[in-house]
Amino acid sequence: MNLWNGILDYILSAVPLGMTFLYGSTGEILTEKSGHLNLGIPGIMCVGAAGGCAAIQALHPAGTVHPALVVLIAVLAAFLAGGLMGMLYSFLTVTLHANQNVTGLALTTFGVGLMKFIMSKLSSVKYLYALPYFRYPFAESESSLKYCGVLFFFAILLALVCSYVLLKTRVGLHLRAVGENPATADAVGINVFLYKYVATVIGSGIAGLGGLYYIMDYAGSQEAYLSIEAMGWLSIALVIFALWKPHISLIGSAVFGALFIAGAYIPGIRELHVSMSSTPLLKMLPYVFTVLVLIVISIRNKRENQPPGALGVNYYREER
Amino acid sequence: MNKTIALELKNVSKYFGSVAANQHVDLTLYKGEILAVLGENGCGKTTLMNMIAGIYFPDEGKIYVDGEEVVIRSPKDAFRHGIGMIHQHFKLVDVFSASENIVLGVKDGKRFALRNVNKTVKELCGKYGFEIDPAKRIHEMSVSEKQTVEILKVLYRGADILILDEPTAVLTPQETSRLFDILRRMKEDGKAIIIITHKLHEVMAISDRVAVLRKGEHIATVNTQETNETALTEMMVGKKVSLNIARSEPVNPEKRLEVTGLTTVNADGIRVLDNVSFSVSSGEILGIAGIAGSGQRELLEAIAGLQHIDAGSIIYCDPKTGHDVNLRDKTPLQIRDLGVRLSFVPEDRLGMGLVANMNITDNMMLRSYRRGKSVFLDREKPKALAENIIKSLDVVTPGVTTPVRRLSGGNVQKVLVGREISSAPSLLMVAYPVRGLDINSSYTIYNLLNKQKESGVAVVYVGEDLDVLTELCDRIMVICSGRVTGILDGRTAVKEEIGLLMTKHDAGTREQEG
Amino acid sequence: MTVDNKHMQHEPLFRVVKRDGLPLKKTILIRAAAILLAFLFCGLIALILIKANPISFYEAIFNGSFGTQRKVWKLLKDIAVLLCISLAITPAFRMKFWNIGAEGQVLVAALACAGCMYYMGGHVPDALIIAAMLIASILAGMIWAGLPAIFKARWNTNETLFTLMMNYIATFLVAYFLIKWTPSGSSSLGELKFGHLPRLYNEYLLIILVVAVITVLLHIYLNYSKHGYEISVVGESEKTAKYIGINVKKVIIRTMLVSGALCGIAGFLIVGGLDHSVTENTVGGLGFTAIMVSWLAKFKPGYMVLTSFLLVFLDQGAAQVSQNFDISSAFPNVIVGIILFFIIGSEFFIDYKIVTRAKAKEGTKA
Repeated sequence: MNLWNGILDYILSAVPLGMTFLYGSTGEILTEKSGHLNLGIPGIMCVGAAGGCAAIQALHPAGTVHPALVVLIAVLAAFLAGGLMGMLYSFLTVTLHANQNVTGLALTTFGVGLMKFIMSKLSSVKYLYALPYFRYPFAESESSLKYCGVLFFFAILLALVCSYVLLKTRVGLHLRAVGENPATADAVGINVFLYKYVATVIGSGIAGLGGLYYIMDYAGSQEAYLSIEAMGWLSIALVIFALWKPHISLIGSAVFGALFIAGAYIPGIRELHVSMSSTPLLKMLPYVFTVLVLIVISIRNKRENQPPGALGVNYYREER
Repeated sequence: MNKTIALELKNVSKYFGSVAANQHVDLTLYKGEILAVLGENGCGKTTLMNMIAGIYFPDEGKIYVDGEEVVIRSPKDAFRHGIGMIHQHFKLVDVFSASENIVLGVKDGKRFALRNVNKTVKELCGKYGFEIDPAKRIHEMSVSEKQTVEILKVLYRGADILILDEPTAVLTPQETSRLFDILRRMKEDGKAIIIITHKLHEVMAISDRVAVLRKGEHIATVNTQETNETALTEMMVGKKVSLNIARSEPVNPEKRLEVTGLTTVNADGIRVLDNVSFSVSSGEILGIAGIAGSGQRELLEAIAGLQHIDAGSIIYCDPKTGHDVNLRDKTPLQIRDLGVRLSFVPEDRLGMGLVANMNITDNMMLRSYRRGKSVFLDREKPKALAENIIKSLDVVTPGVTTPVRRLSGGNVQKVLVGREISSAPSLLMVAYPVRGLDINSSYTIYNLLNKQKESGVAVVYVGEDLDVLTELCDRIMVICSGRVTGILDGRTAVKEEIGLLMTKHDAGTREQEG
Repeated sequence: MTVDNKHMQHEPLFRVVKRDGLPLKKTILIRAAAILLAFLFCGLIALILIKANPISFYEAIFNGSFGTQRKVWKLLKDIAVLLCISLAITPAFRMKFWNIGAEGQVLVAALACAGCMYYMGGHVPDALIIAAMLIASILAGMIWAGLPAIFKARWNTNETLFTLMMNYIATFLVAYFLIKWTPSGSSSLGELKFGHLPRLYNEYLLIILVVAVITVLLHIYLNYSKHGYEISVVGESEKTAKYIGINVKKVIIRTMLVSGALCGIAGFLIVGGLDHSVTENTVGGLGFTAIMVSWLAKFKPGYMVLTSFLLVFLDQGAAQVSQNFDISSAFPNVIVGIILFFIIGSEFFIDYKIVTRAKAKEGTKA
């Protein structure tokens, strides 16, 4: 393979893969900004994927429904499925004050199982027919450009909109206040519980789209759903890397995408003289990077880059 | 002067359980005036203000704003009636800028733009003379800047009635005088201001009228120009109440602890202890009197090895060896390894002195569990000690395995004091040991302290009730803003004198405000 | 008098109040009710989703663990492995150090153990290999747990996220060595021939006994040793710990090293005693399940025997269900997930109570 073509193809595969992480991390950022560390994101992405694929199968066979409508319904179904998981998480952690880590892990166990159960009931040909709809407008492309479908652009848009809402609007200001210091937010009349619920449910819905995107745009295969859980954990890592800002996550997701497939690509480029056996070490990179980021931000101790002040701590008004 | 009533309280009462925090309080506040609310710790000032600000709801009585009866159920309600309170503990989001904090929670229907907020904030600053950068983040601010943000927060919401809860407690004299200038401008602008303070000279300097509270009741409201510090102190402390606490003469006093030039600076750069020097002898109780937050906690923690010290020395004279040991910059463990028999009953009983979720036996071990070479715990001796304390101090508990959080306040204190005394200290420090205790429990504690004193222990007693201090202690050291303002003989000291010393700030402050 | 108590008089009709400890009987009752409800709910789900007759559904769940003698042994073995990892993370959790990295800590230990088997196998006697395996596993676990602890103690680095990342680094480390060790032409490492732990009666008994001993030892360590006492004090209140002169940083690091060492032993037992090989999936999510086990048991080793039994029983039962009714093998996860939600939710009724307005009034006057 020609070196330059190889690099171009590499970037063109890496960036779209990154969008999976971008959906997951954007959703997780919204949730974390409300003070909840949702370790259920991998499960939520799985359920989102399952919900989306089930909806597409319901619209089978191709041609019965307008392609754009198929995509729209699938997106809504994935969002709804993820959102319902978020609702469950919020009910347990916000209303019932359950431990966030334990709830999140249970949610992931449940979500992964549920997705595998649903996917085993589906037939891949009955949902993969919609692949070209999702890869519009580059569905015909022979190169990796084909990955840049509608949901690819939607992910970028969503991340930018979330950044705007978080940083520039009143709602965003209130949400950040809830995650930083819920008692203060409560004192100035912000409905802390409502913000937590809405942020978690919307965040989970967005994460759910990530699962759908991965199957129906990037991977486009029968086995694709088995990788979603791993994508979910990386999305949580990306949140740290992005310093809790969706627009940085945009860059971070491309980096993560590049690192994630580095193992598959780099040894293939003969000019670099990297042996095949070092693939796993290359795959380790995103996680090593994340640990380094985590260490650096804690050592620098710059207040703006820290996790939200009340992350992981449930808010209970009567507590003094 | 045109006097319009801005706010009126009639017959307001508030009870916490069986304790009356406020009883039948009447208060009137006029537009364009500064009313000082004065009283000792625990006299109900803050509770009263919290009822106006919507934190508490009165059990009886009525509140009128601009002549109309109002019901204030939440801080939001208070804002709607133009009332804003600046609390002692700031409620700010640290990583937000001043403007972001100011606009937080405001739903004015206008399009949200921080630029507009910055502009309004700057206008307010110009109008009243604040100096603040709207884009600066809270965690980069000094205490006085944070306070400015809190005040701006209230003004931004259009408050006409401002309540400031001890605003000067955290300020330097220069900052205080700047704050007072701002308050005067607000007053000229027609705002009605209530300021809670302990500091008499500030009352004289800033207020138009003074309302004095004592034990939850409104004693009087007087015009500032027609009164003086001595008269106010008398109203504040009231007549002497005799408690009949036994007090013996110290026997063979020997110097046990000598503190010289102790100075500590906190994270905000404020000198919480400023050149503190004193000594304690065996067989005496040294009382420490002062307004809450004058450096009492830091002083005891510095001696116990829990506080960073910037200057000075803490010399402990070992009664066994006769040697002197400097405790400065030592950890609690090092202090004990030096053979210093120091016991400390901290103010925060369940958060520091005891572990709330552990049972009485396990709490007994906190100090002593390290004893012996074994890697295992010895629960026998602590259990015996627990049983002993339960019996001798009449601790009401189902048994030694009850978590201490389930005990009542008095019983918790008995457990804590009992444990600290059990290690046969030669120096015992207690902070507010009778706070929240009923009369009987309080006397149990006084008796315990007296017994310790009689057996030759040097006792340091930080207290708030001046009647107790003057009856229990052999000497009373008064501190104010981290400085020692006087050391009096407990047998001859009178409450008024202590009260004046508690609020005696150095001359420099007065001149500036003069 | 505290002033920042936000207790307001205009309470809504219902208000949530923290309980001041509930008698043991009642807490057991609440949990049992939650589990029962969850089972009923799962039966209902199964009836709707897979049209399973409730009786045969519950029968299948029971048979999954107790159907045959072999299944009982497998149940005991699975409990032992899960319990071992749960015990390992417990000291740190008691200190409120959220170590969700047991997965990785056990995995690197398994890798280290397999490494000893791979490199030393055939060159030295088995006894020596086993000793090396044990030491290497423990050291690997300690390193993986110690790193986040040092950063937590020194710079307050978020341990939850740190340990989570360490899991993945461990996974790819295993993948890397698998590529190096796997003979060309085969797809997996396969069984390593040397350094197997001896068999007692059958292949599981030794491990079950070892874990039983660890359970007792950890119970003693946590409740009767000075270290265990320090862990409790640091976990309950750092302020108190400082007041009585405990070096909090030292306790954090030491406790995580203990945790890591126990994870190491778990990895050693899995590879040396059961799998005789290593893959990225050797731990297979047990590190996460262990968090549930430990948390549900309120971090008490004795109760953890019960909670690990519950989770393994559910898992095997649901696996039996999916076999009997010929449905996806993922079904167990769904069942376990649902039951966990019920138990997690039920904790609320143990820690809090709901007070109506009328009742609250009476309370304050009393």
